[in-house]
Amino acid sequence: MTAAQPAAARCATYRNDRTYPFCPGCGHGRILDRLNDALVALGRDPREVVIVSDIGCSGLSDQYFVTDAFHGLHGRSITYATGIKIARPDLTVVVVMGDGGTGIGGAHLLAAARRNIGLTVLVLDNLNFGMTGGQHSSTTPDGAITSSTPHGSVERPLDICATVGVNGAAYAARCTSSDSDLSARIQEGIECDGFALLDIWGPCTAHFAARNGASRQRLAATLDRLGFATGVLHRAARPEFTNAHAAACRGEATPPPGRPEGAEPLAAPRLRTPLRVVVAGSAGAKVRSAARLASRAALLSGLRVTQRDDYPVTVQTGHCVASLVLSPEEIHFSGVERPDVLLALSADGVARTARQLAAMGPGDRVFVLPGVALGATRATVTTIDPAQASGTLAPRQVALYALAVALLAMDALSEDVLLAAADAATGRHAAAANATVRRAAATVECRTAARADACGDP
Amino acid sequence: MVSGPCGASDAAGEPRRSDPLYELIDGSTAIVRGALDAGCTFFAGYPITPASSILMAMLRRLPAAGGAAVQAEDEIAAIGMCVGATLAGARSMTATSGPGISLMSETIGLAVMGEVPLVIVDVQRLGPSTGGATTVAQGDVQFVRWGTSGGYPVIVLAPSSTAECYALTRRAFDLAERFRCPVFVLTDKELALTTETVAVVPGPPPVPRPRRAAPPSAGAAPAHRFEPAADVTPMAHVGSGAPVRFTSSTHDEQGFLTKDPVTVGRLNEHLRAKVMEHVDEITMIDIDLQPGASTVVVSYGVTAGAVRDAARALRRRGRQVSTLTVQSLWPVPGPALAAVAATHDRVVVAELNHGQYRREVERVVAGRAAVVGLHRTDGGLITPEQVAESVR
Repeated sequence: MTAAQPAAARCATYRNDRTYPFCPGCGHGRILDRLNDALVALGRDPREVVIVSDIGCSGLSDQYFVTDAFHGLHGRSITYATGIKIARPDLTVVVVMGDGGTGIGGAHLLAAARRNIGLTVLVLDNLNFGMTGGQHSSTTPDGAITSSTPHGSVERPLDICATVGVNGAAYAARCTSSDSDLSARIQEGIECDGFALLDIWGPCTAHFAARNGASRQRLAATLDRLGFATGVLHRAARPEFTNAHAAACRGEATPPPGRPEGAEPLAAPRLRTPLRVVVAGSAGAKVRSAARLASRAALLSGLRVTQRDDYPVTVQTGHCVASLVLSPEEIHFSGVERPDVLLALSADGVARTARQLAAMGPGDRVFVLPGVALGATRATVTTIDPAQASGTLAPRQVALYALAVALLAMDALSEDVLLAAADAATGRHAAAANATVRRAAATVECRTAARADACGDP
Repeated sequence: MVSGPCGASDAAGEPRRSDPLYELIDGSTAIVRGALDAGCTFFAGYPITPASSILMAMLRRLPAAGGAAVQAEDEIAAIGMCVGATLAGARSMTATSGPGISLMSETIGLAVMGEVPLVIVDVQRLGPSTGGATTVAQGDVQFVRWGTSGGYPVIVLAPSSTAECYALTRRAFDLAERFRCPVFVLTDKELALTTETVAVVPGPPPVPRPRRAAPPSAGAAPAHRFEPAADVTPMAHVGSGAPVRFTSSTHDEQGFLTKDPVTVGRLNEHLRAKVMEHVDEITMIDIDLQPGASTVVVSYGVTAGAVRDAARALRRRGRQVSTLTVQSLWPVPGPALAAVAATHDRVVVAELNHGQYRREVERVVAGRAAVVGLHRTDGGLITPEQVAESVR
């Protein structure tokens, strides 16, 4: 609000000078008059009231008020109202929807009740789709004749009040459009701190009443037969969503996003050409974290890196394959169809990378764990046996060990940058990764020094 | 916007002083940063692979940045909430994949009709239908443009690298504000979820371009102005001091329903002209011409990686090839595309679908060069080798 605006004036009416378009006898105009009465009684600034409607005869309603107004798609008014309320919790947001909207937009009705968001929903319940020719809606009483139930509806009508009541709404009332206390009920709904819904019956005079009658007695008998009580049916005190959500988020420890920080290289790149490395393993074997550590180490070497991870949507089973590209020049990412290096860590991984393995040639390297069957390959195969590492290697360290052995053996990365990347991990993970990298380096040193016998390397 | 070449290795043993510094992030992270730096204050989304990372990051990050983020009950609600929040003054974004765009379709039309600034991230996955949740594709190119009734224009930006995921998300917010319409950031599973080294831009965060909000007035503020047709009216917010009306139905400048043919004609011409008559302003393309090249390879999104890689390899072998990466897919940058095509004999359009954007290229090239398609729809990426083979 800016100072330039005139002070809020108490409104004598919230209606504009437009005439309602509703059919003779239709209850919609009466309900809107009672909404006006309630707004006048509450004295809210019309500039801080938003009427949100959607489709159907009820959807015409927002055009007859001096408040802000939003007219949207069938059954979706609650979604717009929710967005408005979250962005501006101070506004009074009134949804005017039809019984049709409670059917097509049922998910929103349920979610809004469960959130207990501070909206007031008036369902102008005329028991059918009036605007499209009197078809049956979610609230058409069973047995009723409509244009789409010529033999009588056999569907149970939706008990809107019970539904929102049992699912967390703060307030639910069932009324009729001719109730003398309707404006008082609407006022209660608006004043209620939470999700308030009024199911306001007023049978469609053009369609429903013509086929099924709509006298007060008949309406009362239908409500009675269905076991649908009237009046205020539900009240509950629960935290309102926008307040509760804001409070929960304040408890969130995540700081505001800092500015991105780059890594200063610790060493010069050893690679002169791009190296494509595929780590083919199984879920749970820490394939991705091993690859992430290698990516970080490459970054610390002043290399460019891409890392693409591939795993099924059921993340704890099946393959897990990480594809790395390490390059001294800019990488234009296009996947890794033919790796220079493939680490075969499990049968799942080998099965997933069969095409890449088949594409590899004699100049390419495959590192395989003992017991992992490769099938035919033209690449040069080397076995890495974790059992030969000094000490006992935990299963979750095997992927990192193998990857570090391969990268060190090919002189793609130095031990120093791998250790620095390991140390950047958190807590005990850092210590474990550091130890694994040292073991890998010791293994490679044995191989390089041709002291395989002394190190137990086959 | 794209990081420059890194150059050759320095003398062995000396760490290369890196300027700029690099970091490792994925496209989703870049999109989230772009949104926050653009002044996004509202996010609503619904979980879907491969767009869920954006939802989760926004849920964690946006409150601390002074905004609000919610997981909605479905995609219809997610975009509906975004529309409502925008009308109440927020800058809103949602993120989903093809199946979610399907559900959002009707509300995208509402945002077009109500002139609601909105950023929609589509992390494409292989279709049709649920298709392949973790499989790459570029099958939504025509869908995002024509996926809502009426055929009125939207703006679609397609980042072709992680760095562009950041830059084009920021640009999407600016364009949404400028033209008051939905703007798509069209990316894909590989770009969103692949981690890449990205040059860090030093310095403080940029100041978001402020919304051109309509000044509060005591009288009824027109929510819209239809003439001049190509001009865009400042946004008037609900709760801002003057009655504001928004509607998804044909309406007059005050937002009241009307079927008056003169008014409706002006409204719809405005919705067309405000985007289509600013193609030059919206156009973002990356042209890499080589003298003597007879082929220009046109691509967008993740496929541009293979095209750039192929061009580098071909040129090192002494071959000539030009490339053109389209960042603003819609409206089609027709004049720019046609001008490049006119200086080549062949235009190859590489994309992960059956030729959706090739149709547009053929239309604007209009016979000035031969247009051929290079396609892949099996869930894999087009390779640099495939691109190289397509070059004559």
